[in-house]
Amino acid sequence: MTDTPDEAKYAETHEWARLDDNGHVVVGISDYAQEQLGDVVYVELPDVDQQVDAGAEAGAVESVKAASDIYAPVSGIVVAVNTSLDDTPELVNQDPYGDGWFFAIEPDSTDELADLMDAGEYSEFCESE
Amino acid sequence: MNDPTLRRTPLFDTHLATGAKMAGFAGWAMPIRYGSQIDEHHAVRNCAGMFDVSHMTIVDIDGAGTLKFLRHLVANDAGKLKSAGSGLYGVLLNEAGGIIDDVIVYRRDRGYRVVSNAATRDTVIDWYKGRADRFDTVLVEREDTAMIAVQGPEAVARFADATGLSEVAELKRFHALDVPHKAATWMIARTGYTGEDGIEVILPARGAPWLWRELAGAGVVPAGLGARDTLRLEAGLNLYGQDMDETTTPPESNLGWTVAFKPADRDFIGRDALETQRENGVGNKLTGIALEERGVMRHGMRVVTNAGEGEVRSGIFSPTLGYSIGLARVPRAAAGEVGILIRGRERRGRIVRPPFVRKRSRGRAKSREEP
Repeated sequence: MTDTPDEAKYAETHEWARLDDNGHVVVGISDYAQEQLGDVVYVELPDVDQQVDAGAEAGAVESVKAASDIYAPVSGIVVAVNTSLDDTPELVNQDPYGDGWFFAIEPDSTDELADLMDAGEYSEFCESE
Repeated sequence: MNDPTLRRTPLFDTHLATGAKMAGFAGWAMPIRYGSQIDEHHAVRNCAGMFDVSHMTIVDIDGAGTLKFLRHLVANDAGKLKSAGSGLYGVLLNEAGGIIDDVIVYRRDRGYRVVSNAATRDTVIDWYKGRADRFDTVLVEREDTAMIAVQGPEAVARFADATGLSEVAELKRFHALDVPHKAATWMIARTGYTGEDGIEVILPARGAPWLWRELAGAGVVPAGLGARDTLRLEAGLNLYGQDMDETTTPPESNLGWTVAFKPADRDFIGRDALETQRENGVGNKLTGIALEERGVMRHGMRVVTNAGEGEVRSGIFSPTLGYSIGLARVPRAAAGEVGILIRGRERRGRIVRPPFVRKRSRGRAKSREEP
């Protein structure tokens, strides 16, 4: 069984998005996604100050198995990226919802979060895959 | 992984009980990894790991014409096998010199045993059968066996601990031993597909779960096909169907050394085509590429060289080296710096001669890390 915390929302492309105390949307990939990918060896992150659009490519993750695009779950400006993934990409496997986060977005609006799945919906979605 | 169309090895239940991630491979349900593929890779490089390779094709060939048959079908010369227990790597060629499969031939007390790939099972069996009649041979495809590879610097010692078969320590590289074990015969060969010391054991199917458990008890780490692929590529070993196939010849596949042209009167399938190719020159080669930027090379990616374009045939992230390596088929004159098209961007790499990882250089690397 994979972990799907209630505090986050989930995209069909397996990113999670969580609103933090500063009003930023923190983004990573789900426990289910990292388990499917296997050991992560590289993460390509967007640039800080880069504009990203909901559903559009914002980075990539390379695992021992394959390369996968990472899509921004909401539109906005990237305000922070997790540079520790450069040297320790295994954080994505070890702590996908914590130290393995990818980037944070200053969202144009938080409305787009409502379009994402909640934890229960996402768990069902994964089972059906 | 309950797909009923996939064949199961004698260790299928053992893998499921260990939590293996299973996937279809060449028509078989096989363990890809048990936990972290990279941890399994390091376990083999640094200590000992074990692989279920029961999907491999094993054919026993016996009869007065067996040696003639093998000398006709295998491009390396089975005549070099002077005594029972010696083994030889070689390829089966078609008339055009294309590679049908790569095999290991073992000479035994009685007859020969040929181990080939799983993916080519039907092709290879048909190939043998279509030619066996002309020789006095009997073919027996072994479907009652399991095969376990135990690999790593500690593999032989751990295997001896687990089984009490201490005689394996004396076994020479590419030699095999038939040993009686619990009213059965095991064939143990000092071979492998990882670039490490180790053995491959062929034993009756019913004994496989027991041996697997004993080896695990001796500290041998189960490793899946994922780690097997990264280990073999670091060691510069080809994968059939990816780095070579029926459209590529041995010199185009970095396997020219496996073709025995001497003696000149040995008539093996593909000889004429290879001799013609040798006279006319070989256009392409299979060589190594080390990526000098971030990213991972994968099968099918385009390579731009000083001598024209080529293609990555096998590409991985190397857990031992910490960067991507691959085997690519490129124009023969290609050398030095190359560009690899990775996800729409050209990345810089360099042509290097495989193997990428050698036991000796690892020893140096290891001693550097020590305080």
